[in-house]
Amino acid sequence: MKSVIIIGAGGAGLVAALSAKESGAKVTVITKEYPTRSQTCMAQGGINAVLSEDGGDSIEIHVQNTLKSAAGLADENAVRYMCQEAPHAVAWLDSIGVGFSRTNESRIAQRKLGGAYAPRACYAQDYTGLKILHTLYDRCLAEGIEILNERYLLEFLTCKDAQEKIFVYGVSVLNKRSGEVQTYEAQSVIVATGGYSRIYHNYSTNSSSSTGDGIATALRAGVKASDLEFVQFHPTALKNSSILISESARGAGGYILNSKGERFVNELLPRDEVSKAIDDEIAKGEDIFLDIRHLGLEFIEKELPQEAKLAKLYENIDPARELIPIKPAAHYTMGGIDVDENSSTCIAGLYAVGECANHRVHGANRLGGNSLLELVVFGRQVGKNAAEHAKSSDENLDLQEQITEIKEYTNEINFYEKQKFLGDLFYKNVGIKRDKTALQNVLNEVQEIRNILPKMGLDDKTKIYNTNLIEFLEFKNMLELAELIIISAINRQESRGAHFRVDFPAADNEKFKAHSIIDKNGAICYED
Amino acid sequence: MKINIKRDSVVCYEVEAKKQTLLEALNEIKITQDGSLAYNSGCRSSVCGSCAVRVNGREVLACSYHVQDGDFVEPLNNTPVIRDLVVDMDKAYGFNAKAKAYQSSITSSVLLSHEDEKLNEVQSNCILCGSCYSACPVYAVNSEFLGPFSLTRVLRYVSDKRETNKKEKIDNIQINGVWDCTLCNACTLVCPQGISSKADIEKLRARSAMFGYMDPSFSNFGGGISF
Repeated sequence: MKSVIIIGAGGAGLVAALSAKESGAKVTVITKEYPTRSQTCMAQGGINAVLSEDGGDSIEIHVQNTLKSAAGLADENAVRYMCQEAPHAVAWLDSIGVGFSRTNESRIAQRKLGGAYAPRACYAQDYTGLKILHTLYDRCLAEGIEILNERYLLEFLTCKDAQEKIFVYGVSVLNKRSGEVQTYEAQSVIVATGGYSRIYHNYSTNSSSSTGDGIATALRAGVKASDLEFVQFHPTALKNSSILISESARGAGGYILNSKGERFVNELLPRDEVSKAIDDEIAKGEDIFLDIRHLGLEFIEKELPQEAKLAKLYENIDPARELIPIKPAAHYTMGGIDVDENSSTCIAGLYAVGECANHRVHGANRLGGNSLLELVVFGRQVGKNAAEHAKSSDENLDLQEQITEIKEYTNEINFYEKQKFLGDLFYKNVGIKRDKTALQNVLNEVQEIRNILPKMGLDDKTKIYNTNLIEFLEFKNMLELAELIIISAINRQESRGAHFRVDFPAADNEKFKAHSIIDKNGAICYED
Repeated sequence: MKINIKRDSVVCYEVEAKKQTLLEALNEIKITQDGSLAYNSGCRSSVCGSCAVRVNGREVLACSYHVQDGDFVEPLNNTPVIRDLVVDMDKAYGFNAKAKAYQSSITSSVLLSHEDEKLNEVQSNCILCGSCYSACPVYAVNSEFLGPFSLTRVLRYVSDKRETNKKEKIDNIQINGVWDCTLCNACTLVCPQGISSKADIEKLRARSAMFGYMDPSFSNFGGGISF
């Protein structure tokens, strides 16, 4: 039977799995955790779709809002496809049982997020991602889809055909429980491993698993990545823990204040602009707060219960009575594995979807509510395409070698400290504001860390559930990506969306209204 | 302050005496003292369900529990320990499939009201952390019990207007299901999401009765004659 392997069991991976199954393929989903623990569960705001044009909103306006937020860097055709498919995507989620919030008129409730013309984000209280992810998981159980838990991606297995064209024929993974390397073969492989915001370590809203594994691994296999320099900073993360306070808090009318209690930015602007305004204030020595007191206790309990709980737990703050201390934190990575309109990479049979992929729909800055949308729309598309592509091939390679080599590294330098150091450096220099000198310095630091990797061995040389080893492998992937992100940021000598260069503060449409395409060696080019 | 962690044997670690979550303390140990300590975590914000452990005999999420001096930290119960605080959840999660905790078929154009949404809003807040599963005493006598989170999930679908075959869902939870629960309420007390599987199981029993099922422990006693 034609088989499809999907790496990653978040929203994108599970949608792709259901779609590939529906198209007649044998499907195996492989995840380094368990499906319901994926980053998707953290999405709160909603999923954008124009369900009715009665209120003045339209699919065309959704397209225009997305393009505007993208600062000239999104592919209009891809955006149009996504926005047109959006109502179908939401209807499909509704049909499998997602518990969306409903209005008194028995419609799916929608709220307004930053950069949107109208209330367009369908939500499920403030657990939108959680409820979508769990319902997808339940649907996979209903369809009998095989899910292999706790296996960490090592490499994509590739080979050349008679015409010297490179194609994928499977994956190698480390079984975390046994410590053994296993290989799985398939005619199509879909990468759905999420983004790389955890490079920013303590300055990221993401799960500790968002380490860019699939992107780094795909680059090693020979794919190209694009737009890696575009990292979205969410303006409202809790100050101490970087835990996200959903955009719905601003959408509902929350204020952003400085220490003097002044509002200094239109809270409903796109995320990059709000983050930049906050960063400017912090640079002036201001502390920044989110104020939702005026929304009232009843509203907070009904619409924002999760954020109220988190503010209490991590900041010891009651948001109904007190200001919430916030800072911007790395939230979403627009760049990723470069794919065509069929979600295919340049390696035959290898596809990518979700945050790890770049479908060129977010451009330089993603619109809130478009990430859940992207993973459903393109997840459905990629599953079908991968299933149709699936064709036979076979080869074998020896892969235990890589792990054995890492275990021989000496443990002179604690890699966890380097990881934190890298996160601090990235937030400060590859964050909201960038300039050439600082970027160049960080690049040198990253290269130095890569050089001393053999001195950063493991505390733990055992086989069974060696999280020390997994975290080292994640760190290694992040370092590989870190270098490419910086090179992409240095080369883009302009400011656009989430990429702000202090030394080139204006957009340069002549040279840079184009996607940056980079390979594993850091060779970069631009493409419209 | 000191915290004790059950590994192959109990190991005592010294962590900084400050207000911090157990997860932050575990990270501190792993980064500065012992990289071999194994535990799971993810979102840090109580939605991914990765970090459930037991502290002083009670299930908590490490990311939402403030650690105290002298705490005794152990892995979850009723599931095989892989290493340190990491347990194998495959069998536990497998009960979701056995309980058929999903919508029977894809339905379209079913209109749900605001009230319909509220019918299973709480049940669909489950994060599958496994706390209830660990606290459940039934596993001591019946290792095939479908268990609290799976049964809550069944109620979540059975109470949904989009479910078209409610009888099949109820038929499927009669053996190793709703009647095996002792209604002890241990699951409710440890749920970080405020879900009461015990109450959900009672609701499923009522629905079972509507489909003609009754508590097998009564039917075995031959029409109420005292024993």
